[in-house]
Amino acid sequence: MAGAAGPGTGSGAAGGDGDDSLYPIAVLIDELRNEDVQLRLNSIKKLSTIALALGVERTRTELLPFLTDTIYDEDEVLLALAEQLGNFTGLVGGPDFAHCLLTPSGICHLGHEILAVLQKSCLQPPLESLATVEETVVRDKAVESLRQISQEHTPLALEAHFVPLVKRLASGDWFTSRTSACGLFSVCYPRASNAVKAEIRQHFRSLCSDDTPMVRRAAASKLGEFAKVLELDSVKSEIVPLFTNLASDEQDSVRLLAVEACVSIAQLLSQDDLEVLVMPTLRQAAEDKSWRVRYMVADKFSELQKAVGPKITQNDLIPAFQNLLKDCEAEVRAAAAHKVKELCENLPSEGRETIIMNQVLPYIKCPEVRLNIISNLDCVNEVIGIRQLSQSLLPAIVELAEDAKWRVRLAIIEYMPLLAGQLGVEFFDEKLNSLCMAWLVDHVYAIREAATNNLMKLVQKFGTEWAQNTIVPKVLVMANDPNYLHRMTTLFCINVLSEACGQEITTKQMLPIVLKMAGDQVANVRFNVAKSLQKIGPILDTDALQEEVKPVLQKLGQDEDMDVKYFAQEAISVLALA
Amino acid sequence: MAGAGGGGCPAGGNDLQWCFSQVKGAIDEDVAEADIISTVEFNYSGDLLATGDKGGRVVIFQREQENKSHPHSRGEYNVYSTFQSHEPEFDYLKSLEIEEKINKIRWLPQQNAAHFLLSTNDKTIKLWKISERDKRAEGYNLKDEDGRLRDPFRITALRVPILKPMDLMVEASPRRIFANAHTYHINSISVNSDHETYLSADDLRINLWHLEITDRSFNIVDIKPANMEELTEVITAAEFHPHQCNVFVYSSSKGTIRLCDMRSSALCDRHSKFFEEPEDPSSRSFFSEIISSISDVKFSHSGRYMMTRDYLSVKVWDLNMENRPVETHQVHEYLRSKLCSLYENDCIFDKFECCWNGPDSAIMTGSYNNFFRMFDRNTRRDVTLEASRENSKPRASLKPRRVCPGGKRKKDEISVDSLDFNKKILHTAWHPTDNIIAVAATNNLYIFQDKVN
Repeated sequence: MAGAAGPGTGSGAAGGDGDDSLYPIAVLIDELRNEDVQLRLNSIKKLSTIALALGVERTRTELLPFLTDTIYDEDEVLLALAEQLGNFTGLVGGPDFAHCLLTPSGICHLGHEILAVLQKSCLQPPLESLATVEETVVRDKAVESLRQISQEHTPLALEAHFVPLVKRLASGDWFTSRTSACGLFSVCYPRASNAVKAEIRQHFRSLCSDDTPMVRRAAASKLGEFAKVLELDSVKSEIVPLFTNLASDEQDSVRLLAVEACVSIAQLLSQDDLEVLVMPTLRQAAEDKSWRVRYMVADKFSELQKAVGPKITQNDLIPAFQNLLKDCEAEVRAAAAHKVKELCENLPSEGRETIIMNQVLPYIKCPEVRLNIISNLDCVNEVIGIRQLSQSLLPAIVELAEDAKWRVRLAIIEYMPLLAGQLGVEFFDEKLNSLCMAWLVDHVYAIREAATNNLMKLVQKFGTEWAQNTIVPKVLVMANDPNYLHRMTTLFCINVLSEACGQEITTKQMLPIVLKMAGDQVANVRFNVAKSLQKIGPILDTDALQEEVKPVLQKLGQDEDMDVKYFAQEAISVLALA
Repeated sequence: MAGAGGGGCPAGGNDLQWCFSQVKGAIDEDVAEADIISTVEFNYSGDLLATGDKGGRVVIFQREQENKSHPHSRGEYNVYSTFQSHEPEFDYLKSLEIEEKINKIRWLPQQNAAHFLLSTNDKTIKLWKISERDKRAEGYNLKDEDGRLRDPFRITALRVPILKPMDLMVEASPRRIFANAHTYHINSISVNSDHETYLSADDLRINLWHLEITDRSFNIVDIKPANMEELTEVITAAEFHPHQCNVFVYSSSKGTIRLCDMRSSALCDRHSKFFEEPEDPSSRSFFSEIISSISDVKFSHSGRYMMTRDYLSVKVWDLNMENRPVETHQVHEYLRSKLCSLYENDCIFDKFECCWNGPDSAIMTGSYNNFFRMFDRNTRRDVTLEASRENSKPRASLKPRRVCPGGKRKKDEISVDSLDFNKKILHTAWHPTDNIIAVAATNNLYIFQDKVN
């Protein structure tokens, strides 16, 4: 029985007659093969406990070979296994154990280092087989663990065991193993000798032109990462041609991944090299026939912008961006629109204004994007002069103010006080005042309500004198409107404006109108008069209250309409006029 | 003789003689409905052959390695794995029965030692993994070899299971279930050459799936009119281009084919090519529309051509020429005078499939009376062969059949009236490289090969 040998070696394993301590481990080992997935999963998650109990030698010679064949299991078990194995180095032994270890092949006389190599290499078979399973999550986890383990290898061990594993995977028959290999090049390259480096590059090259699109995609997605660990000369002489090839791959699913690689490669090259080596490809990608590739350019735009620097951005990326903003595919336009803000933020302060004004804004057609810009006006204001921006935004604002969707109109109203503050009273009167008044007679109540609140905020900004001259007359005119809804708007406006305008204006200009409306033929107007009087009462002086308000409220208190009566009596009691 | 009698189907230039290789399935006269084969498909290497049936089962045959001990068994196909892919279901919301019948099987390109295939019934697509296992673990801590529990307090050492070789076991396990995306009946599935996506088509819509994502698919074609009363055509088949991952075609019940380019936009409602042959006004009849409906569309392996099958003919189209097919082959023109009775017994709605040989030089499609037809595209010769048990001695050559179009019947000819319309060959498959064909005749699967050189 193989098990009997374990305790006898004195390798630190639990052994002897310690029945109690062995039992839980025995259960864990047996449950590695339980029919219930959950129990198997639990056991796998306690693999370190099992390995600790078995000791390093039995872990290497018995547990790992068994685990290598576990690849028939469910994905979640495999995923847990791949993860566990990443942290297993200590559990299969370290150089310290060398002198007392006896491996089956009897190589105890080997030096520490070699032995350590052997110990680490035995981790690879299970991970190597996990790197070939069809399930991407499992494969990725196995690759992640392999990358982790590679860091624990000495350079010697790396070349003796890790690099051969990468090569095996890279030249495997099945594309799953080749896709996994793509993620391992960058971790072994920096520490390999020059001869091995050349081999690694060669392997990577061949994967970039693999027959299977899956592999080319994996290579394309790791191209940037690999480029980062390469010498600059190799980047120029080898990575760039690979990049160019992948970016013109027949499958758009490959081409779009090259865009991502472009970001990393661009960071490594000088401006001159960039222009010659990368830009032609990037320009081509921005105009690719496939919308998915153009989408990727739009999606990665900020990263690209940062990577290529201000000069190329201005000369190449901005024109490309204009095209993306008016792309024929909605998905591309949407992706580009999301990047407008970041794009503007990342522009160099010098000349930023001109670029935004002349090269970005005119191309933004989508109302949501414009709205987004307008909503960020206060921060954009720090970037460029608001006046200038407003000039170009004004048509957009007017357009949005009349948008068929009331939610869009609502959104723009909410930015009005902000805009007013930024633009100043003169500009506002000239351009926006009429819009604000038009909203008061909108056919959607929510808009009318927002418009009245907007008026209050404007008065707070521009002062009572302005209100008296521009707003109040227009509001009061509506009291004679044939539409009772508009007449009510006058009352709502007075409700919110009275406080901002103060006693004088309220008493002299607003109160007469309110009182006059007490004789309105529509009951809704009349009870709103009562409500308004209750609202503006505290602002008025006692004379006005007693002589003008009280009689009207008393009259309303006798109204034939129940609601009018109710609100009039409420006002009388609140204003203490009884 | 070959030419005159139509004696051989010349595929690949040389006249070749087809001979019987194997027949699978029961001999009984009365056939159980569940046993009727509903789809046949070789995998990419041709080493595996899958069939699906109306009972929801998938049977996979594996080609035996050329064996030294049996020099005569030239790569016969034997059962490799059988599994129940779909079960009958009931949609309680719509009060509809969902049949378990396998409508289509498509193999995935091989990605590791296991094999993967997609199978679909009317509503649900499943991804199956077929894998081999030849080792098993032995040894438990808490029980001994014959399964008796050990005293937990007498465990003195830990046992790690040991792997022992065992007889080869083939397992089929469902890996993904792609459900709830089709309102109508799925008629086609097709794997994209990018190896990560596939499409599924029903009567009115085509969806695009990622092979690893089951909870979401993208609708790429939707021909459902706002008002169902305005419905004039349905999608009958759809397929991806074999190399260009952005191109797919779908055929319609009106006899037209639309080619769409997924690069131009996310929704492919607007086609980029439209293949249609102008109708000959002289042959117009009540049945014109029914018989022009396309039952199958298949790209050639080269990707240059596509083939469509309608009720009476099979047409080859050059992708660069939209206004007419480059070839039209009559499959059973003698039925034109019988359309009325074929309409009455519903045969006119049979959906015949078609397939290419490896080098795209020959095509095959089925007919009635267990006849199937082959057309050589180079020599323009054609042959009618019969899948029958009568001549099923191993390596016996298939004799060409002739149907008498009417008038005087010559010797060896079969009259149209004696054709058995219950024996139809709807599904056939051609090995991707070799001259091996699989022909589904009701519940039997016939495998024929070329005569050994």
